[in-house]
Amino acid sequence: MDILRFATAGSVDDGKSTLIGRLLFDSKAIFEDQLEAVERTSRDRGTEYTDLSLLTDGLRAEREQGITIDVAYRYFATPKRKFIIADTPGHIQYTRNMVTGASTADLAIVLIDARKGVVEQSRRHAFLTSLLRVPHLVLAVNKMDLVDYDKERFDEIREEFTSFAAKLNIADLTFIPISALHGDNVVTRSENMPWYQGTSLLHHLEHLHIASDRNLVDVRFPVQYVIRPQRATDPAFHDYRGYAGQVAGGILKPGDEVLHLPSGLTTRIAAIDTFDGPVEQAFPPMSVTLRLEDDIDISRGDLICRPNNQPQVAQELEAMVCWMTDGVKLGPRSKLVIKHTTRTARALVRDLHYRLDVNTLHRDESAGSLGLNEIGRVSLRVTQPLFVDDYARNRMTGGFILIDEATNGTVGAGMIVDAR
Amino acid sequence: MLQSDYTTSQLDVLEAEAIHIMREVAAEFERPCLLFSGGKDSIVMLRIAEKAFWPAPIPFPLMHVDTGHNFPEVIEFRDRRVAELNARLVVASVQASIDAGRVAEETGRRASRNRLQTTTLLDAIEEHEFDAVFGGARRDEEKARAKERVFSFRDDFGQWDPKNQRPELWNLYNARIRKGEHIRVFPLSNWTELDIWDYIRREGIEIPSIYYAHTRSVFERDGMLLADAEVVNRGDDEPVYETVVRYRTVGDMTCTGAVESTAATVEEIIAEIAATRITERGATRADDRTSEAAMEDRKKEGYF
Repeated sequence: MDILRFATAGSVDDGKSTLIGRLLFDSKAIFEDQLEAVERTSRDRGTEYTDLSLLTDGLRAEREQGITIDVAYRYFATPKRKFIIADTPGHIQYTRNMVTGASTADLAIVLIDARKGVVEQSRRHAFLTSLLRVPHLVLAVNKMDLVDYDKERFDEIREEFTSFAAKLNIADLTFIPISALHGDNVVTRSENMPWYQGTSLLHHLEHLHIASDRNLVDVRFPVQYVIRPQRATDPAFHDYRGYAGQVAGGILKPGDEVLHLPSGLTTRIAAIDTFDGPVEQAFPPMSVTLRLEDDIDISRGDLICRPNNQPQVAQELEAMVCWMTDGVKLGPRSKLVIKHTTRTARALVRDLHYRLDVNTLHRDESAGSLGLNEIGRVSLRVTQPLFVDDYARNRMTGGFILIDEATNGTVGAGMIVDAR
Repeated sequence: MLQSDYTTSQLDVLEAEAIHIMREVAAEFERPCLLFSGGKDSIVMLRIAEKAFWPAPIPFPLMHVDTGHNFPEVIEFRDRRVAELNARLVVASVQASIDAGRVAEETGRRASRNRLQTTTLLDAIEEHEFDAVFGGARRDEEKARAKERVFSFRDDFGQWDPKNQRPELWNLYNARIRKGEHIRVFPLSNWTELDIWDYIRREGIEIPSIYYAHTRSVFERDGMLLADAEVVNRGDDEPVYETVVRYRTVGDMTCTGAVESTAATVEEIIAEIAATRITERGATRADDRTSEAAMEDRKKEGYF
């Protein structure tokens, strides 16, 4: 059994919470005591049906105000797969939260109200899915019951969205007509839409092929921690020196020739160690410890790759940045801390090329700064070289966060573009 | 883990993620510690720590907030495990906080030291200048926890501000704090109760005996079975009887309920959990029943 991580985007009105409640409920991930609490609250509020959206609103302020404040993570499993849902609110701080939820997602579900069709928010969610390079997108056309399960309405929406999506980088797009409230095409195929030949949403989530979404081509091993057991009880480990980290790309094997950055020195992998014994290969997302044949000075923040396939060593970066604070704005001369893989440095914003309107995709080149939830293209200069790939090629070596030195808050998320 | 199509099982992915988080903390903080209660989640967390730094020893101490109301079987297990690992254990005592006048003992039938632990924990974090504290909490446990970050920032009063959390993207964690502040780190955030048990089975990890079915003297209160013990205030209208039970969670004897069960092996426990229809905290924790937002309120104050 493997794991599928997916993000859901949409507002309360689109029936997103109802859809998640339905998936949890029908897959038996909701327990009796949780359901009783929801039924009690629904009764107290005078709601006629059991409001499944109450399952996902966790904080007191959210229940009181009937809104969702933050990304919430939900879990359910079927015999086929374990699922992690990043449930992101649609209305307030939408960009910041959706970017957060999408950063680790294999798939995104964007909900559309069949009565309203493709609206500004649907385009925005699709764009963010594309920007964050979520490999798979499902457009769930919800509330089909309210349009009499009409095939023509569904086709209209599909055509409109398809022509918009052509402008984006969406590798895999699936349309599913559903009714979250009644369960049509959520877990089982709906009898109300015989014209729909595809699978139910859950069936799609269970059977989607995601193993190939990882980059297994470019070997990238950011060194996270050096293991030197100086007071090891076993004398065999007295001279042990291992480089621990999580594989960010490619397949590593003992005997492989590897190159160390920043030194440029080459050596070979002597062994790939784990607590459970040495392994014959390591690939994403394994956390392992490498031993190398030669004694090279290696520390946290360095990177191990293959001599004939290296990332760009860069102090000048081009990136799309999503700004996530209402405290200060991002603009030319902003100084920030940048964390990229296991390396932390300082960064200076040299230029803001444009601010992107996430609804129209219009580029405003006259913009002087980025505020909360705004996205723009920036040039950065970094105090020490980073080992980077295009975000489109590798999300681990192409993504970074920006930290405000004054508040220590995480204020920006960046995706590297145009790495040579 | 090694298959020709490079797939990884859900436990391998969760383990790799937790190891990454632990190494990140060891690399970026000066004085981390790991909360170890002897409960199943902290036992799994300790095993992950062992794996993350092998063959080196775990590079931080363990801490237990001891209410004095623990199950003796769990304390025995705790001390044995610490000795096996040759680890350093810091015991923060709620009794000592009471004796020093830092907190006042609750009175009455439902008296519990659950809430008092927060003061003891925060005092110990301050005394030892811990800047990162590993906890075994999972997001599937409770609604407030579903929204908490893996690296959860605490101000110098130890408080959690759910409305002002740092965004957390990819596998990049922000470890920057000022002196006096700290980060609670939850490496098992994405694990479910079933994942924990599957992992215990796969790894052959030893757990305290009270998790398995055993005969115990209990009495019923609010639909929960509480152990008949000196530290639990029982009324005359709460008759004691013997039955076969096990514990799904391990907390204080005063607020942790047992469930009737004959599951005597990990396999039987997994079968039972897979079929159960009540959450582990709902079934067995009086501390979460106080109100709908009980956990949220305690977390804001600095609780685990």
